[in-house]
Amino acid sequence: MSPDPRWNGVRLHVVTGKGGAGKTTVAAALALALAREGRRTLLVEVEGRQGIAQLFDVAPLPYEERRVAVVEGGGEVRALAIDPRDALLEYLDIFYKLGRAGKALDRIGAIDFATTIAPGVRDVLLTGKAYEAVGRRLRSGGWEYDAVVMDAPPTGRITRFLNVNSEVAGLARVGPVRNQADSIMRLMRSPTTAVHIATVLEEMPVQETADGVAELRAAGLPVGAVIVTMVRRPALSPEQLDQAAHARLDPAQVARGLTAAGLAHHRAAVVTALLDEAAEHAARVALETQERERLLALERPTYELPFLADGVDLGALYSLADELTAQGAA
Amino acid sequence: MTAAATTPRPTAARTSTAPVLDVDALLDDPATATIVCCGAGGVGKTTTAAALAVRAAERGRHVVVLTIDPARRLAQSMGLTELDNTPRPVVGIDLSAGGSLDAMMLDMKRTFDEIVEAHSDPVRAQAILDNPFYQSLSSSFAGTQEYMAMEKLGQLRRASDESGRWDLIIVDTPPSRSALDFLDAPERLGSFLDGRFIKILSAPAKAGGRAYLKVIGAGIGFVTGAVTKVIGAQVLRDVQTFVAALDTMFGGFRERADATYQLLQQDGTAFLVVAAPEADALREASYFVGRLADEGMPLAGLVLNRVHRSAAPSLSAAASLGGAEALDDDAAHPLTAALLRLHAERMAIIDRERRLAARFTAAHAHVPVAEAEALAGDVHDLDGLREVADALTD
Repeated sequence: MSPDPRWNGVRLHVVTGKGGAGKTTVAAALALALAREGRRTLLVEVEGRQGIAQLFDVAPLPYEERRVAVVEGGGEVRALAIDPRDALLEYLDIFYKLGRAGKALDRIGAIDFATTIAPGVRDVLLTGKAYEAVGRRLRSGGWEYDAVVMDAPPTGRITRFLNVNSEVAGLARVGPVRNQADSIMRLMRSPTTAVHIATVLEEMPVQETADGVAELRAAGLPVGAVIVTMVRRPALSPEQLDQAAHARLDPAQVARGLTAAGLAHHRAAVVTALLDEAAEHAARVALETQERERLLALERPTYELPFLADGVDLGALYSLADELTAQGAA
Repeated sequence: MTAAATTPRPTAARTSTAPVLDVDALLDDPATATIVCCGAGGVGKTTTAAALAVRAAERGRHVVVLTIDPARRLAQSMGLTELDNTPRPVVGIDLSAGGSLDAMMLDMKRTFDEIVEAHSDPVRAQAILDNPFYQSLSSSFAGTQEYMAMEKLGQLRRASDESGRWDLIIVDTPPSRSALDFLDAPERLGSFLDGRFIKILSAPAKAGGRAYLKVIGAGIGFVTGAVTKVIGAQVLRDVQTFVAALDTMFGGFRERADATYQLLQQDGTAFLVVAAPEADALREASYFVGRLADEGMPLAGLVLNRVHRSAAPSLSAAASLGGAEALDDDAAHPLTAALLRLHAERMAIIDRERRLAARFTAAHAHVPVAEAEALAGDVHDLDGLREVADALTD
């Protein structure tokens, strides 16, 4: 399937989601998927967790764009852990040629001050670095990165994080920080950006997703797709699920089946256990169905990634990337 | 309620091989005065804290539970409809054992405002509360929530020592992006407020300030000039007002942070590290265990939430899958084949969780573990909390 035309022209993919919903995994898989056919993507993290390094099984990322994966067809994913202090020093150096004064500012704690307490400055720096990467050109005139994927803060904080203007506006009415914030906001609100939300099919994360969509819309930020993670395929038919939920599966039938399977010696305890497990599965499927409907009501493109019983390693990331491609996400 | 929960089942094997954490003994011990639940985000910390609070109260303790950011329906079930920083009785608790339960939700900004009000005269307090830097510090500074949670714990401790209203305080901790924040926040905030930059900005004309700057090798004009160039003169004035207003409070912040830190090291405090059987959560838990030891803080054990169990653990994933494949040949038993596949998937998850738990225990053999089985749905009422507590004490 070809990519959903809605993502044409999107070059900054921001991935948010509730903690534990697989935000980093989704961002990484998306960066891989977008790097197909010889393209180059940049995967950035902004919370200092080194989640990308762990996922790709490489040493902790420095403040430097490093290749973490290659993709068939000549594509590659580079990764960057954005550190607000380094970003500020870099920024001061580029725009103000502050070299030595920058170091002096660092020694007296001014850099810490700017990156931790000055309202919104930290977020301007983090989003600003992503902004710079999105707009960076090669000498040949093309884009350095075909797409930038950001592993962003969780849903509860995402609107505030991206909406740097409102934070900074209370503080700096004029000046360079304000100008920087303004140009970042133009990018964030433009069709070049899409904010995707990762969620699992459980009540709280789905509620947070709905709240997040509403908040992003209210702030004029472009809501992208909903990406459902850890989806389990129902192991039973709808009819069997219904019977399992109402304890109407036939134990004798299961017992005969176990004998036929050569597992007769297990029969006594196993039949009850299997029926219990079926009932739990039915309850889980019913809950997921209900939550899936709530997500559909949000009317956003929705992609689903399967649950992986063995956890997520590099190989699994490639298969999740293929899944995203097959569903039209990239 | 699922059939699984109502059917008595044979005792399923535990996931962890570590010594069992006796949660009831911990809750019943009158020497246990404070329980701090900590761990990575999304592992069920808030639910665990609430479940332990309900259980302790129904076993006769006078409990207050401080939650940070409970899910809406869970909060409602505990009567936490107002974010007003005041503990209120939870309705629906069985009081027959002579206990009681109060609950409160942390209002981080309100807690900070109260400290400001307690440490300065009304005029100065208002100047601080109105300053944009203070507003940022109190509502979005990384670490403020952690610091305020600890501040509130200190306040509850003092209140209960004075009034005798509670004999057990249970606290949930903020969903820090790393466990470090929670222990380091008071120190970070304290050193920030004591910082050189703040001092320089607040007293640029003082001779001392100049001498200080000479030592570090930069002229005052050089530094403030650079700052002005980047952030603008108006911002600099706001910073200076903020710093001047906060100046009198520095000592107070330090003292309070130190007092809370010492409280956490006392014998009556018990840390519970909460985790789910996932690589990230257990890595964080492992880190936290080491960190608590470094800081001399008393660790009671690990709470491992959301573990999977099976009542037929002797039927392995491989055998189950083999059986399903054998049945595929004649297609006469599609139901049994499907159930065996379902069981195989569950056993694969259980195997993986065991490996992860074993890795944790290999590194921390002395840390006792309590496990709670994964529930089919979310917890949003007192019965759900009782079910979680039952699972933990099984």
